[in-house]
Amino acid sequence: MSGKTSGINANKSGTCHASGTEAAEPDTTGLIFDIKRYAIHDGPGIRTTVFFKGCPLQCKWCHNPESWKFAPEPALRLARCLRCGQCASVCMQNAVSFTEDFPLTKPDKCTCCGQCVELCQGGAREIVGRQMTVAEVMEEVEKDIIFYDESGGGVTFSGGEPLLQPEFLLAGLNQCRKKQIHTAVDTSCHAQPNVLEKIGPKADLFLCDLKHMNNDMHLRYTGVENTLILENIQYLSRAGKQIVIRIPIVPGFNDDPDNVDACGRFAASLPGVTRIDILPYNCGGNEKAARLATGINLMAAEMPDDEHMASIAELFNNYGLEIKAGG
Amino acid sequence: MNQRIDRLRRQSVETRPYISTERAELTTDFYESDIPLRHSVVVTRALAFKHLMENKTVCINEGEWIVGERGEGPKATPTYPELCCHDMEDLQILNSRKKTSFVVSDQVKKTYEERIIPFWSGKTLREKLFAAMSPQWHMAFKAGVFTEFMEQRAPGHAILDDKIYKKGMLDFKSRIADRRRQIDYLNDLRAYEKDQQYQAMEICADALIIFASRYAEKAAELARKQTNAGRRKELEKIAEVCSRVPANAPRDFHEALQAYWFVHLAVITELNTWDSFNPGRLDQHLWPFYRKGLEDKTLTPQIAKELLECFWIKFNNQPAPPKVGVTEEQSGTYTDFALINIGGITPGEGADAVNELSYMILDVVEEMRLTQPSSCIQISKKNPDRFLKRACQVIRTGIGQPSVFNTDVIIKEMLHDGKTMIDARTGGPSGCVTISSFGKESCTLTGYINWPKIFELACNDGVDPSTGLQTGPKTGDPRTFTCYQDLLGAYSKQLEYFVDLKIKGNNVIERLFANHMPAPFMSLVMNDCIERGLDYHNGGARYNTTYIQGVGIGTLTDSLAAVKYHIFDEKNITMGELLAATTADFKGYEQLQNKLIRHTPKYGNDEDYADSITEEVFDVYYNLLNGRPNTKGGKYRVNLLPTTVHIYFGSVVGALPNGRNASLPVSEGISPSQGRDTKGPTAVVKSAARIDHARTGGTLLNMKFNPQVLAGDESIEKLAHLIRAYFKLDGHHIQFNVITAESLRRAQEKPEQNRELIVRVAGYSDYFIDIGRELQDEIISRTEQQSF
Repeated sequence: MSGKTSGINANKSGTCHASGTEAAEPDTTGLIFDIKRYAIHDGPGIRTTVFFKGCPLQCKWCHNPESWKFAPEPALRLARCLRCGQCASVCMQNAVSFTEDFPLTKPDKCTCCGQCVELCQGGAREIVGRQMTVAEVMEEVEKDIIFYDESGGGVTFSGGEPLLQPEFLLAGLNQCRKKQIHTAVDTSCHAQPNVLEKIGPKADLFLCDLKHMNNDMHLRYTGVENTLILENIQYLSRAGKQIVIRIPIVPGFNDDPDNVDACGRFAASLPGVTRIDILPYNCGGNEKAARLATGINLMAAEMPDDEHMASIAELFNNYGLEIKAGG
Repeated sequence: MNQRIDRLRRQSVETRPYISTERAELTTDFYESDIPLRHSVVVTRALAFKHLMENKTVCINEGEWIVGERGEGPKATPTYPELCCHDMEDLQILNSRKKTSFVVSDQVKKTYEERIIPFWSGKTLREKLFAAMSPQWHMAFKAGVFTEFMEQRAPGHAILDDKIYKKGMLDFKSRIADRRRQIDYLNDLRAYEKDQQYQAMEICADALIIFASRYAEKAAELARKQTNAGRRKELEKIAEVCSRVPANAPRDFHEALQAYWFVHLAVITELNTWDSFNPGRLDQHLWPFYRKGLEDKTLTPQIAKELLECFWIKFNNQPAPPKVGVTEEQSGTYTDFALINIGGITPGEGADAVNELSYMILDVVEEMRLTQPSSCIQISKKNPDRFLKRACQVIRTGIGQPSVFNTDVIIKEMLHDGKTMIDARTGGPSGCVTISSFGKESCTLTGYINWPKIFELACNDGVDPSTGLQTGPKTGDPRTFTCYQDLLGAYSKQLEYFVDLKIKGNNVIERLFANHMPAPFMSLVMNDCIERGLDYHNGGARYNTTYIQGVGIGTLTDSLAAVKYHIFDEKNITMGELLAATTADFKGYEQLQNKLIRHTPKYGNDEDYADSITEEVFDVYYNLLNGRPNTKGGKYRVNLLPTTVHIYFGSVVGALPNGRNASLPVSEGISPSQGRDTKGPTAVVKSAARIDHARTGGTLLNMKFNPQVLAGDESIEKLAHLIRAYFKLDGHHIQFNVITAESLRRAQEKPEQNRELIVRVAGYSDYFIDIGRELQDEIISRTEQQSF
């Protein structure tokens, strides 16, 4: 769906920019579900975070479940819904029906045409995800250059999984490099090694998620094994990249001392890792999942309090790395 | 805070403001005598002031170091019947209204009914003022097109420089005597006026010396009676300080604070000046005394801090004088806008002015958590980041202070005003956000002007839809307009008419104050009134700048953008439909309203479509107002701020093309329309910077942050970066509310449990429970810039 016509092939050789490919690169399109300015927890300084839609993982604690599906999808904030029924009557696909006094959208029928969003008086409806060209993304990104300059910030490509749209990501990274904007890639590192090989040299910083060191647990809670992920992080480290390891602290899943120790030892073994961020699980994902028509079921874990986070931070202190709670 | 401060603070916070008739009675006694018949107006005013200073109650509170109250005690609030005499209904309202109420005792009511009202009725400046205004002026005033600052209070906005720390009242007197001797009665046609002005100033200087000596006597008397040896020593010290200042220049830190406080009380007793009075750059003024005290070991940082905290409490003991009617609506607060400036650069060298006291004052602000005095930091590119970050930490505690000002652009603004570099660097924000050159400027805010109302009139050919009256000029039926420029042209013509109307009124009002209500005490301390032999209200100050404060730039921009976008560019709505919808307050036009709200470019999102209109409407106002002469030899400048008037202004404006329903608040300051900014703080800051702040005398940008966004040291750093970037773009001022919407809603439900909750309202902070429900709702609805 994304970037099939991009100039990725012509640009394989890395930093060499042939003039023909440069013209094509800004036209590369990708699927984005949000661009957030004044992002202050996604890397150094004041940043703009570009959220890619589509993710190979389905973490049960995910706080961005709207990022999973690699396609636009309808969403509804029920609390804002005025029950006016406009969405049901305007829908050409008959994808919306009224059940028990609220609109129900059938995801298989909805074509994401956006008619209902246009008419929704409560501002309850939205289409999550839209195709954007790199040029369009850059226009938004460049608006905050003065803040990047002031704070040592830049752009963070996040998701979903940015590596799932490698041509688009690469084009974005190249454009940023041209404009001397610092880049970070916030990734699950679940991607084919050749993708990392292409992307690695172009990004200034990698924010690598590490969910669990135990492969079984990883598979059970995220839907994928961790082998590829760990290998990719090791690869980035060997390639001399600057890395921050980001660990979501999900009580009952990965906050046991054994896993903390395994994560700590793994992170400490990697040159280039400067810091571990531990991020407290929050239940915002459940609220967001409920807005989607696809019916995602997430776990309901307890949200770790400051004390718990401090005790986890304490455990991580033994590996000679800077620890930051709260990302 | 130690026990002494805690006790004084509690006394200040827990005492309910009440009306005191002492000043009104003394003033009436004076005017009932034949003295006014025997003297010129200015000398009469000086003698009235002296009568007050000789007779008003002397109050020394238990435990305090800095002494002097405006009334009989903390929170006693005098009235100024010669300016505005409240009637019995006003007193009833003051006593019973929910917000900014004052206790009015039966005795007060009786005194008013029997003495004050019978004497002053028909003689007040307020009545003279209203009688002198044209029918057109009254029609516009009633319609809420503009407000009038001088109808209940006197011009003020005066900030002091360092002169009283170098010279005492006796020095001022000898300078006046010199000048008086030099009057050239042969060639100077103003010789008599000058002589009278000098005589009045001399009387005022004496009056303040008398007032201080009464405090010295009282302290000595209390000391004699005091059985506690510790407090006895303190009272003896107070007696010594009060017998020294302000007659003579202060010699130490304690004397410096006390000298200022006496001058402050004098200014706010002489008249009820807007924005009370203000020591300005306190860290600069006190620095020499602080350093000397540490050097000769007569002062420690702990003592200095305690004295500063005592000083803080004195401000909080003086609520703004009671306001009624429109004046209350435009500025409904006990806060009287004394704004302590810290940081910035030194006037002479232009060097970094941040010193140890700057940091100590931030500690005091953080610890005291009082709404008065307000505080701000001035930030120049020369100031260290650690100072800004320390201020951000105080901001994070949610007390709405300090606000943050950009010294580098303030200097550009001052130079644009035609001030000298040194005078430019001597100044800063005065009460709210408007700049002045401290100690040398009469910076007069004359009233707010309601841009969205004027836009509404432009949409209705000058007819006010709420009354059906032809309130503005006929500028054509908008249904006949063929392009966006036609509508902007009609708006500009309406605006021009009302600016002219307001200036015509101001020209009269300035003369009323110059002729009937001079301020000889204020003139004593403001350059160059002594040199010129001219009153502060009559052009005596070195600079005399006048403002009509523009309000609603966000609402106006969004309304123009909606018309331009939908009617003339996209052509998906007709003017007829739009006007039918706004006339119906969008009843039956909900889909159209939805389109206007959600699918139309809005100011505050860093998008050129709307922001270029912001530039345009700023220029329209600037070109109409900037540089126009006033009657004091000064000029009009442009400033954009609201205090609380955006609520009142909204209440008189019908539905607008930006999708806003009738009667809802208009946008405040230069903030975007409430809830219409969706791209976060960097976008707001970029949009706000499209206004050319260097050509203004001040703008106000209010931002609300959720505390989570400011958790941790790194977030503080990033907030500091956000401020620095805004200032690189020449932003004038930024302030922050750091509070969750939920906590505010809780406070609405349970006010009794949230007495200490302070929010930043506009140019000041206020207790949340003390402000009106509508304003509370508005603060809650201001976009929360969350970032996770």
